[in-house]
Amino acid sequence: MYRIAIMGDRDSIYGFAALGIATYPVSDKEEAVKTLKFLAESSFAVIYTTEALYTEIADVIETYSEGLVPAVIPVPGVHGNNGIGIAKVRKSVERAVGSDIIFNNEN
Amino acid sequence: MAKKQVNPTRMELTKLKKKLVTATRGHKLLKDKRDELMRQFLELVRENKDLREKVEAGIQAANKNFVLARAGMSDEVLNVALMIPKQEVFLTLDHKNVMSVDIPVFEYQTKTPDSNDIYSYGFAFTSSDLDDSIKSLQDIFPDMLKLAEVEKACQLMASEIEKTRRRVNALEHVMIPELRENIKYIVMKLDENERSTQIRLMKVKDMMLEQAHHYKEKEQMV
Repeated sequence: MYRIAIMGDRDSIYGFAALGIATYPVSDKEEAVKTLKFLAESSFAVIYTTEALYTEIADVIETYSEGLVPAVIPVPGVHGNNGIGIAKVRKSVERAVGSDIIFNNEN
Repeated sequence: MAKKQVNPTRMELTKLKKKLVTATRGHKLLKDKRDELMRQFLELVRENKDLREKVEAGIQAANKNFVLARAGMSDEVLNVALMIPKQEVFLTLDHKNVMSVDIPVFEYQTKTPDSNDIYSYGFAFTSSDLDDSIKSLQDIFPDMLKLAEVEKACQLMASEIEKTRRRVNALEHVMIPELRENIKYIVMKLDENERSTQIRLMKVKDMMLEQAHHYKEKEQMV
């Protein structure tokens, strides 16, 4: 049985606790990396992070991209959206197709 | 192209021909795999994009409510209200095989079936903004989970497509031309050898005939 976690700054994530998602407030990078490693090794299949945090520890998150779980997914935090989520989708299109054909006509 | 040294023998030729057949077949199969993966990937990635936009908008709306809720309540009250969640979510993980790529399928169950159990507090001391924001989060939650599933699938498929594409290209532009060239080289070399053997035989025959019948001497005598 797997569980769902969310990590990020406290203000952005505390509401998710009500839904039954495990919340892990982190404030700095080292703590975030440590928490992520802990979560990935425990039975968490989906780990949401705030976009700001995602950008900071993207290189660590990258190491989990090959396995089936965990899925590390950026979501916007309380400070808004820095576009990393969409950028990631765009990147995977570029990786697969060779050029960006989904978002092209929007810019 | 740096040509590999090959022995111009029949055995080598047979080996290379077999290799070429395998390579051509593999190339065709991989190309089909790539095309099908690409088709499915594009479908999935469109879904991914729509979901992401929806989820981002939903969470932002919920966050607005949260900011309002925080403004209306003290930190302590808020902390106490959300300290012990009533509800809990569990996932069961299944996987689906799409063209030999394992993609996850998440199914979620909640600890209690009652959807009102997301409110882990009495309503007396909290503002209604908190209720609204939690409700809006709950509404977006199935989409968030779907997003996780789709986005992970997209990532996995993208890397598989990249790998397959590289293999197809390596076969198409390196392996197969190289094999063809080597086969051509061996065939030409063997033909050349055969011709030279034939010429040598003809020459030897001439010499032997000459020895036996002394044509030249007879010619001179006439």
